[in-house]
Amino acid sequence: MDTDQLIRTLAADNSHRARPVGFVLALALLAAAPVSLLMFFSELGVRPDVMTAMHNPFFDLKFGVTLALASAAITVALHLSRPEAALRGWVWLLMIPAGLLVAGISGEMMMPQRLPMMTRLVGSNSKVCMTAVPLMSMPLLAASLFGLRHGAPARPAVSGAIAGMMSAGLAATLYASHCTDDSPLFVATWYTIATALVTALGALIGAKVLRY
Amino acid sequence: MREREDEWTGLMRLSMSGDSAAYHRLLKAITPVLRSAARRGLARAGQPTDQAEDIVQDILLAVHLKRHTWDASAPFAPWLFAIARNKLIDALRRRGRRIFVNIDDFSETLADQPAAETASASEVAAQLNTLPARQRDVLQSIAVESASIRDTATKFKMSEGAVRVALHRGLASLTAKLKEL
Repeated sequence: MDTDQLIRTLAADNSHRARPVGFVLALALLAAAPVSLLMFFSELGVRPDVMTAMHNPFFDLKFGVTLALASAAITVALHLSRPEAALRGWVWLLMIPAGLLVAGISGEMMMPQRLPMMTRLVGSNSKVCMTAVPLMSMPLLAASLFGLRHGAPARPAVSGAIAGMMSAGLAATLYASHCTDDSPLFVATWYTIATALVTALGALIGAKVLRY
Repeated sequence: MREREDEWTGLMRLSMSGDSAAYHRLLKAITPVLRSAARRGLARAGQPTDQAEDIVQDILLAVHLKRHTWDASAPFAPWLFAIARNKLIDALRRRGRRIFVNIDDFSETLADQPAAETASASEVAAQLNTLPARQRDVLQSIAVESASIRDTATKFKMSEGAVRVALHRGLASLTAKLKEL
């Protein structure tokens, strides 16, 4: 086929309108969310003392951190779904959850504590956290990669990594309502490790599937 | 150069609002620029430049299928060149070279007055034969026989809507197949 023929064919297809990437990503995440929710409610469930826990600012901070991570990752991922977009100037958005954690840790340090620091850091749920967060992330990671495939990311591995952060952030939000470890030290350690695992996986898969 | 880029942006805005003639003009206008950039990139990587047309067609398909990622309030040229660069790097990587594509490959060529020519490429044509029959027939009718969507619909006893769907699916699967090469 010569190029003039191809151009004519493309022009004939001009009436086709694709949905914006954000729309496809939202639909994909909505479709995958029930799977993660099912995993959560069948295996973990919300902690029994959630009503009292809500009065603990460190319990609430967990959601601040995970939701900040998820929404920053969604914003950056959508920005990076354009071919000419650069990461520069957007990375700081991903620093917000880290900043919240640092603030939380310093806040906790200033308060009298019943438990020593290492006990708070190690907590009692680290294994569950490191298994449950990555597992519940999987359907969301698949969905976010599917959604981002609709775009044209210049750096597939970077976009895949951010898709990993997005899905880990959402899965960790669910997990946070189950976990009784509320110390920001616990969150900074185990949630971060779980997120890093999903982020690495996202980068590996993204490098393959996000090329356009 | 500036003027030409502004003209492209204007044409792209018209295209996105449904003006197919503007879209056709835009694609015609960018093709020679893409062609000389592809040749330059191949030459720099020590590759024969006769494969340039495959790269040009690859870029055009990507521009078409990803045009919803263009921000209508932004200039068109940076978006176009980002896609072109990506596709050129991809093509050279497939040919097994570690290469460096200079941004200047694209911006310099804007100043050139490239020859208006068209060339045939083999990859798209070869992949065309692997498409499902209906998509292939529709694509062939519109591309090779220059039939309109309406004529194609009449010829294959399809609705115009079905022709449009087959056309778009055909272009999308062509692109997917090219990526697997």
